[in-house]
Parts: sequence; C-alpha cells; structure tokens
Amino acid sequence: MTPAVHIAGLQKWYGGFHALKDITLTVDPGETVVICGPSGSGKSTLIRCINRLEDFQQGRIQIGGAPLPGPREGRALAAMRQRVGMVFQSFNLFPHFTATENCSWALRRARGVPEAEARDTALRLLDRVHLRDHADKRPAQLSGGQQQRVAIARALCMNPEVMLFDEPTSALDPEMVKEVLDVMAELAEAGMTMICVTHEMGFARRVADRVVFMDQGRIIETNPPERFFSAPSSARAQAFLAQIL
Amino acid sequence: MTFIETFLNLEVMARVLPMLLRGFVNTLLLAAAVLTIGAVAGVAICLARLYGPKWARVLAIAWIDLFRAIPILVLLILIYYALPFAGIRLSGYWSAVIALSCVFSAFTAEVFRAGIEAIPKGQIEAAQALGVPGRSIIAEIILPQAFRIAIPSHTSNSVAIAKDTSLASVVAMPDLLKQATDAQALTANPSPLIAAALIYLAVLLPAVRLVHWLERRMKAP
Repeated sequence: MTPAVHIAGLQKWYGGFHALKDITLTVDPGETVVICGPSGSGKSTLIRCINRLEDFQQGRIQIGGAPLPGPREGRALAAMRQRVGMVFQSFNLFPHFTATENCSWALRRARGVPEAEARDTALRLLDRVHLRDHADKRPAQLSGGQQQRVAIARALCMNPEVMLFDEPTSALDPEMVKEVLDVMAELAEAGMTMICVTHEMGFARRVADRVVFMDQGRIIETNPPERFFSAPSSARAQAFLAQIL
Repeated sequence: MTFIETFLNLEVMARVLPMLLRGFVNTLLLAAAVLTIGAVAGVAICLARLYGPKWARVLAIAWIDLFRAIPILVLLILIYYALPFAGIRLSGYWSAVIALSCVFSAFTAEVFRAGIEAIPKGQIEAAQALGVPGRSIIAEIILPQAFRIAIPSHTSNSVAIAKDTSLASVVAMPDLLKQATDAQALTANPSPLIAAALIYLAVLLPAVRLVHWLERRMKAP
C-alpha cells in the first residue's frame, strides 16, 4: 500500500537552532495520527513542513507516493497543496467572505470549478460540519468553534487525501472544544487520513490510531494510544503525561 | 478705504469671478490627474516593492525614499526650469502633474504597504495551503482588505496633495491661486485672494470632514 504521507530523514534548522532532527514517519491511508509533546518540541514545524509552509534543509517528504515539490516550483507545489488540507490554530478564515465563499473560493480559483458547482460543494461540506444554517454569515458573526468548523469545511472542499490539524482547539474557549473535536472524530470515522497536532489527550485516546510523542525536535516514541497512555516507552513521555493528565 | 472695501469687496469679487472659476477648473483638472496617476502608480510601486523581483524592489524603495524626501516645490522647479536645459520643455500643467504625481505615488505606496502588512499572515498561509495561485491571493484576499485599511490615510494624503496643487502657480500654471494673484494685480485689490481662499475652503473643509468620518467608520467592527 502506498503511504498517504511518508517523511524520511527530515532535518530543519532555524539559523543555528536545530528544530527538527532526523524525523522519519509514515502515515497510511485512513490512519489518524496524533502528534503531541511539550511546546517547542517541533510538532507544528513538522506538520507545516508537510505542505511546505515551512521549508526544510534535508530529508524527503512524499504525499501519496509523489515527492513534495520544492518552494520554487510554484505551480507544482500549489497543485500538491490542493491534495493536503490544513486547519490552523487561529482559523485564518477570510473575514471579507461569507462562510460559503470561504469554502468555494479555492475551488474556483485553484481548480476553475464554476461558481454554482463550487457553491453546491461548499454547502454540502458546511452541512457536514453542521453549519448549513450559517452559510451566509461572515466569520465575525460566528463563534470560535463555528469558525473552526468553517475552516475544516473549507479544507474539505478541495477533497484532500490528507488533513493536517495544527492545534485546532488551542484558541477556543473550553465550551467550544467539543464541537470541533466531534467533527474531527466524525472525519476520522469516515476514513480520512489525518495528522493532528493537539493537546487534547482525550481525543488522542479515543480517535488516534497512533500517538507520536516529540521532544526537542525529535520523535521520541510512536505507539498506539492504549499503549502510549498506559505504559509509555520513554521516560520523557512519562514525565510529559504526568504533567498534563 | 474701509476694511470691507479692501478685503471683502464684492464688486471686485464679482468682476474677477469668471477668471477665478477658470483657475478653479484648472486646479480641479490638475488634482484629478494627480490623484488618478499617483494612486495607480502608487499601488503598482507598492506591489513591486512587496512582491516584485529583487531589482524591482530596489527601484521601488529608491523611488519611494527619493520622492518622500524631496520638497514638492524644489521638484517642480527642477522639472519646469532645469529640464529645458536637457531639451525637455514641459508646460506648467504637465510639470505640475509629473511633480505632484511622483510625490503622491510615493506616499500612496507607503500607505498601501502598511495596509497590506496589517493583514494577518495566517490568512495568506491558509490561501497558500489551499493551493490557490499567488495572483488570486493578492487580488482577492490581500488587496480588498488592504484597501479598506488604507482608505482613511489615503484620503488624508489625497487632501494634502490637492492642497499642494497651489504650488503649480509658481510655474505659471493658471490654477486658482495664480488666477487670484493675477486678479489681485489687475484690480489692485486683495479681495480676489480672499475669494480664492474661500473657494479652497469650500472644497477642502468637507474633504477633511470626510477623512474624520472614514477614520471613525474604520474603527467600528
């Protein structure tokens, strides 16, 4: 089986700071992988390398068996990014567009889908994140949880092979975390390939197929959640879990 | 002579009014040309500065710095009195259009740059992550929001450059101020100058109010 995402020997430096150290990770189609670890451990940097929002100096990344184009291969990179959805901590919706326009815009501009068809797709995906009734609202008229669900629908509109979640609930008020995690769990249930950077350990336990623990730019351990939470292999993961649970 | 007869002589004002109105029309034509050319060039220079290749950025920065630094009057006099020695002879109107547009484009470029830089980087990353081509990101995500942010400052700069059109009177362009000084010499009475000042105020006071209104509106969510 061709892996959905394959990362091999990834190295990244910010100037003299070694941010990612020899990262190797394979994610199979349909798998949900949660990446956790203390802040500054390189989780977000790693996930942002997968669609080259961050560049890296060494190593290879393949998406569905094809190499990730370089930062100068603008057209090829844009085409590859259409295959990888991303959800950000701060939602990053376009404030001057309605929820529907946020979702349909990339279909029209990146794929040349006609407006009516793009709108239909947008409404279908907004329905999937339970926001059909809010389709004509602007982001400022929506709660944080609703905004993040629009952002998920926006990414899903491109029908991606993989979804990347970069701390999707960290900017939310506690009462809104659940609605976003529920949508993510539904997605995982439906067979989406997902890589999630999150501090939500309940979600990791319930939904993840594997938990990747990172510290200081390195993958320290990779284990199924039941193993990771009951008997982590590394002392650093034990210390991390003792702190947050 | 009384104060009224000297400064607010309605008979003199009525006599020179057609002359002043011709000047006012010239001032409007000059302002319209400068506001249009300067704004379009300013946005283009701003885009060159932010997204252009290296040489375009260097040129744009040099242009912006040069025309923000040079006094408009000095530039105007150089174009009108110095360029003829290089064989380039321009009318007062075109000298003023060029001088004021160059300066206005530099200020416009800076105002729009500030607008563009105020847009959260995350929105651009989100658009890139969706695989949308860069020109669509600039045209539909960045510019519409940047324009909104820049409009109060841009309007304020527009009022300032509209006032500076009066500098064109020193290169013999028959704008409102030049016509007023000519009329004053003709009638040996300063009332035309007062009339010209009132015409400037009649147009520019509402413009200044508009700037206030735009600034307030922008603060509202």
